Amino acid sequence: MVGAITLLLVCQLLGTIIAHAAGWPIPGPVLGLVFLLALLVWRGGPSPALHETSGGLLRQLGLLFVPAGVGIVNELHVIRIDALAIAVAVPVSTLLALGVTGTLMQILTRGER
Amino acid sequence: MRGLAGNDLYHVWVYLQSGPQLGLVATLLVWQAATWLDRRTGHAAWSNPIMISIAALAVLLLATGTSYRAYFRGGQYVQFLLGPATVALAVPMYANFATMRRNLVPILVAVTAGSVTASVSAMLLAHGLGAPRDVVISMAPKSVTTPIAMGISQDLGGIPSLTAIFVLLTGVFGGLVCIPLFRLLRIVDRRAQGLAGGTGAHGLATARLLLASETAGAFGALAIGLNGLITAILVPFLVRWLGF
Repeated sequence: MVGAITLLLVCQLLGTIIAHAAGWPIPGPVLGLVFLLALLVWRGGPSPALHETSGGLLRQLGLLFVPAGVGIVNELHVIRIDALAIAVAVPVSTLLALGVTGTLMQILTRGER
Repeated sequence: MRGLAGNDLYHVWVYLQSGPQLGLVATLLVWQAATWLDRRTGHAAWSNPIMISIAALAVLLLATGTSYRAYFRGGQYVQFLLGPATVALAVPMYANFATMRRNLVPILVAVTAGSVTASVSAMLLAHGLGAPRDVVISMAPKSVTTPIAMGISQDLGGIPSLTAIFVLLTGVFGGLVCIPLFRLLRIVDRRAQGLAGGTGAHGLATARLLLASETAGAFGALAIGLNGLITAILVPFLVRWLGF
């Protein structure tokens, strides 16, 4: 488990260092994800420990969102002032994204399995 | 005597507020309670443990006059795990790697189109309805899974906690509407449904679709990682292009 966490953190650190050094606007952990994916493809899959640790982290993923969300106490004024913009932009853009992605994928894969 | 005890309690409270324990334990306890409630209600649509935990902790902070800074001294330890959790998304992505390779071009085209649609329409609508720049930027990565979305928002000068709220609202709304919308638009292919859910409304829509089909769930998981990646790469250019 410690080995698996170390691997995740090393990928994150490498991603952060490279993104910063190259001046790319990509979050370090996202680049770390790419590194780990490349490693998994190269090695032919995750070790049992990595499988278990990543599964454990991702099963509790919701908990990790909570502290940032609580930051809403500092943004209540923003939400009150821009309530209309938020109430329109969030649902409409979500409907559009769902519809565009689903329709395109269905058309592009039509006839194959 | 009583006055002295009250005074001691006050000192304990002040002491705890300066350290990480209170915020950390409050987060974990509230989360335990919210997930217990979710199980008890049989995962009802209204019982979203993330939303309930955030609301309960926000009310707790406001009621006790605790600042977010003081809370975050503990909350930061939970939040830190978002980094390794983002990296860990590579494992479920790898599990779908063979399927992904077979449909690589359609997947890349559909997810890229969905990513651009989500961020451009959200930014234009928010801007058109009078939201200031930092709110518009915070809106851009709202269809992406939270750890990635917050990173994008931070890097571009948005408000990460506001982005976290937009991401949650997107997920809750997307989870509720995805199945009726697919019926309306006659999107019947499970792969297309999963890919759309994961791209448009990340994990919360994917969780909903997983109940109906394993294939949809797998494509949803794939789309969450891929959309995060594509959005992280494209949004900085889209923001510059739109002139925000």
